[in-house]
Amino acid sequence: MDAEILKNLIVDDKDRGVFRVNRKVFTESSILELERREIFDRCWLYAGHESEIAKPGDFITRRVGGRPLLLVRGKDGIVRAFYNACTHRGNLVVREKKGNAPAFSCFYHAWSFDTKGALIGVPGEDAYTDAFNRAEMALQQVPRFDSYRGLMFVCYDANAVSLADYLGDEARLRIDYFLDYGKGDSSEIAAGAQSYSIKANWKLLVENSIDGYHVLSTHQRYLRKYLPDIGLDPGKWLAKRHPGTSRGRSLGNGHAVIETLDRGTPLTATAGEELAEIRADMVRRFGEDYTHRAADYQRNLFIFPNLIMISMWKTLRTIYPVSPDYMEVDAWALFPSGDTPELRQRRMENFLSFLGPAGMATPDDVAGLEGCQLGFAAREAEWSDISRGMGSIPTGSDELQMRAFWRQWHAKVQGIGGPVDCDDKAHEEDVSTTAEGSNQ
Amino acid sequence: MSQAAPITLGEVERFFVEEAALLDEWRLVEWLGLMTEEVRYLIPPLDAPESEPHNTLFLVSDNLVNLRSRVEQLLGRSSWAENPRSRTRRLITNVRVLEADGDQALVTANFAVWRFQMESTDVYVGRYRNRLRRTGQGLRFVERRAILDLDVLRPHGKISFIL
Repeated sequence: MDAEILKNLIVDDKDRGVFRVNRKVFTESSILELERREIFDRCWLYAGHESEIAKPGDFITRRVGGRPLLLVRGKDGIVRAFYNACTHRGNLVVREKKGNAPAFSCFYHAWSFDTKGALIGVPGEDAYTDAFNRAEMALQQVPRFDSYRGLMFVCYDANAVSLADYLGDEARLRIDYFLDYGKGDSSEIAAGAQSYSIKANWKLLVENSIDGYHVLSTHQRYLRKYLPDIGLDPGKWLAKRHPGTSRGRSLGNGHAVIETLDRGTPLTATAGEELAEIRADMVRRFGEDYTHRAADYQRNLFIFPNLIMISMWKTLRTIYPVSPDYMEVDAWALFPSGDTPELRQRRMENFLSFLGPAGMATPDDVAGLEGCQLGFAAREAEWSDISRGMGSIPTGSDELQMRAFWRQWHAKVQGIGGPVDCDDKAHEEDVSTTAEGSNQ
Repeated sequence: MSQAAPITLGEVERFFVEEAALLDEWRLVEWLGLMTEEVRYLIPPLDAPESEPHNTLFLVSDNLVNLRSRVEQLLGRSSWAENPRSRTRRLITNVRVLEADGDQALVTANFAVWRFQMESTDVYVGRYRNRLRRTGQGLRFVERRAILDLDVLRPHGKISFIL
């Protein structure tokens, strides 16, 4: 795509407070090709959680950034990420989604590999010359693989910055808040994954996942009907948001967050006592200030380009494009390992009342995003507006967090390297970029 | 006193056919009337179809309060995913009584539910595994479990109606 056209896909006028996105970004296959090359082939991508492969020999297979991967905890206890493609002729080595195995055998010609990827069996190996080297034919590992507190990430660009630098201090802090609000030091993916799709461009779900503005209209049946039906007052959800209690933030590198003082959920209503005990224990471990920021706010955290972590449901969600108008979504619950069985059950009820393809909210998001994609066929209606909150301190129902995504996205698809200023123009009152600024 | 006759296959088949008609005709308030007070409406996750909702994240795990709310939401105007409403058509076959004991029975049936909306067609295939109780008004659900055979919800994307 022509560089000038690419540059003009986004209008970002920080002085006038206008931010617009040309809808071609949602419909053009040439854009998707650029995204694959400049974003999904270069960024760190969430691949799984270490709890899913807790014991030696445990494995999971899944597509990450379009590649079939095999994540294995080796007999030596070390977790590795391989391409799930036989080094001989390419067949998927492992066809199960998860399991435990002492070794992996490709059925096509029966080559086999151990849990560390070493080639350990080749039928009729005597037919090869001396040039045949088992070490060269070990399962291929992804170029970069690293974990942050149990969250496993891969990167297909050998020259990428480290995962820690990629995430940056601000995003890592929000991940810490998410993981630290619970009993015990570890978290685990709950049984029961949600794999669904949406007939819409993948970036629409990025926007939607950090969009506080749509909640009152799209999810009115949950707020105005379901919550009262189970005896909860939706008042805090319906109230106008103020910067003192609700903020949208850019966290650098395209990462972003909405953080809002807890408005109450079915979980806080049914498990209030146990959550209060957990909070008290956190104060002993981390101090009141950190605990306040970690436990008293609801956060929708976005890790560029496609990972969502929403604290009130403890959900992780990844989003991948298949075509410009079709995405695949995978979602999990990442719960504290120290949950009592009762609290775990309350967490799941809270999660599935709202979230997931059969929840009382997600299907309406799906319908909304599919409606947007249908609307984009009106090619002469060219622009989407994402300007909310540009002239003031942005709350969670403004759109700074989406602009942060788009600014990083725009730089990446243009091949612009290095740090990108993903923030709006600074406002005088806005002295802090961390949650301390919204403690009052 | 003689014990009540066990629930029969014929009774169950007639009940399922009538239930399917209520759902396809969106007569959801009448359908709610088929529930006992302790009913659970369950859809297990696709990757763990044989699990239980106390320790596994289900797609749906409604008690009667949630189910009534879900139905009333679906009949209201702001369930956008069902506005306009889907047309559905259910084929219920292979009905079996797995256990029949007194006034209760564990029964199963295969289902294929076609869904049509916004020029899209989706097919949901699976089996029901239901616990029924015979009451003075007829058979009623103690548990209604819809176990999908789908590997992933693609391209369906959602289960926005009663399955």
